[in-house]
Amino acid sequence: MEPDKLSIQQLHQELVDKKISAVELAKFFLDKIKKEDGDIRSFITITEDLALKQARMADEIIAKEKEELPLLGGIPCAIKDNILIDGIKCTSASKILENYTAPYDATVVKKLKDQGAVILGKTNMDEFAMGSSTENSAFFVTKNPRDTSRVPGGSSGGSAAATAAGFCKFALGSDTGGSIRQPASFCGVVGLKPTYGAVSRYGAMAFASSLDQIGPFARNSEDCRIVFDAIKGRDPLDSTSLDASESQEEFDLKNLKIGVPKEYFVAGMDKDVEKTIKDAIEKYEEMGAKIVEVSLPHTEYALPCYYIIATAEASANLARYDGIKYGSSEVNNPEVKDLLEVYIKSREKYFGSEVKRRIMLGTYVLSSGYYDAYYKRAQKVRTLIKNDFEKALSQADILLTPVSPTLPFKIGEKMDDPLSMYLSDIYTISINLAGVGALSLPAGWVDLPSGRLPVGMQLIAKPFEEKKMFQAAAAFEKIN
Amino acid sequence: MVSEEEIKHIAKLSRLDFSESQLEKFQKEFSAILEYVETLEKADVEGVEPMSHSVKISNIFSDDNFNQQGTRINDNKKLLEAAPESKGDYLKSKSVF
Repeated sequence: MEPDKLSIQQLHQELVDKKISAVELAKFFLDKIKKEDGDIRSFITITEDLALKQARMADEIIAKEKEELPLLGGIPCAIKDNILIDGIKCTSASKILENYTAPYDATVVKKLKDQGAVILGKTNMDEFAMGSSTENSAFFVTKNPRDTSRVPGGSSGGSAAATAAGFCKFALGSDTGGSIRQPASFCGVVGLKPTYGAVSRYGAMAFASSLDQIGPFARNSEDCRIVFDAIKGRDPLDSTSLDASESQEEFDLKNLKIGVPKEYFVAGMDKDVEKTIKDAIEKYEEMGAKIVEVSLPHTEYALPCYYIIATAEASANLARYDGIKYGSSEVNNPEVKDLLEVYIKSREKYFGSEVKRRIMLGTYVLSSGYYDAYYKRAQKVRTLIKNDFEKALSQADILLTPVSPTLPFKIGEKMDDPLSMYLSDIYTISINLAGVGALSLPAGWVDLPSGRLPVGMQLIAKPFEEKKMFQAAAAFEKIN
Repeated sequence: MVSEEEIKHIAKLSRLDFSESQLEKFQKEFSAILEYVETLEKADVEGVEPMSHSVKISNIFSDDNFNQQGTRINDNKKLLEAAPESKGDYLKSKSVF
């Protein structure tokens, strides 16, 4: 048996049948991480004690026989380092939280722990989830396991890389503008950005609260669905979370209408990416789905709209890192004289440059004299973008688009040009503005002289229709 | 191009600081990004309502019970331990003036 190759369902059966114990399984993955993560560097913290404690708990349930082992009991996973686990360091890959220990469990973590899932560690990311390559981590760069000269995408690059490298069965990430879907695409795994409100954000470090969602990474859509089912639902601790009456209807692929937004296939897209996505559309057509062209006319405004709204919210959210309540501080620096200087010196010293850039932009667009021209206008454009999706999704069951306009790029390639880095999120950003859900799954591979690279496609459905995306994804996986 | 003065003013509002050497690079990058987001000027938003949130939910209220709802923190000590400086049950800070 190769535990890193089995699905969650298969592994669950192995555990129940006592072919392997949860502790043995945990040790297998911890060993694999120790041996192989030196090259990839997907983890910031390894939580060996917690993993073994959870594994022993799962083994006790299995030993009891009468009690049923939950589906995720004993299954090894990884958590992005902006999601809190009680008693474990949580850094958001920032120097300002380098020594911060979480005082409680995020709701998603509590739900996983309650099932007996085995948490192996905390994964690397762009600082405070701001970035598209995981190069903005204050600690180190994570490499793409498919080609170690390339980035794994971001901001949840550590979670995507760990899943792709087989260091865990699934991982949690967060997605504010593509931070789950783009790294899933770059690393050749499945990633879900749930509908806004489907998953509790309690215990996730806030970046842009009206856009942030936690979601799963896995090696296939079935595993991804299992994890989503485990973490979703209304949480009294997050007033924006809700129990959606998810549509339960099964559909026949022959009745599925797939919308392809014409604005997403324009100049600037890598030719290999374009061909892979067009091939995938053809495959759906061969399976009997009906392909229709739809329009998202305000697409060109999505990125500028996002960089106003997301930075505005971030500038407010990140005000909490002040050197007083928690985190790194310059309070004991003898040159620091008063409270204001504690704020300024602490933030200046411990925030990275991308974080500063976004706080500055957010402060600018909210400042007196600019508010109407930037922030308020962006909020109106957001309405237009949301309306675009409502209309397109009334003409089709799901939309199919690329995830990223390019293949995974080289480490260092875009670090000196923030704007070109922002453009790598062009196909994912509108989804967060509209609040709908989207799934990224491997569409195919591109052969380069240096090796094969994955290309992801994005399936988008109406709010709370995750099931439809998972079914469409499973149908595609079956024929590939 | 956003002026150096303006960058310094926004930095002050942001509770950030830039050394003179960083300032020039930042000014350039910031101006380019701002120029890009200004493409929103072209969008026709006449009569369009602004939105701040994608899901239509109204106010949700919790019972007014201390330590019952709204938090999973059951030990204030943990919070105090996280503070760079504290005294007794209080966070400690430098003087405001």
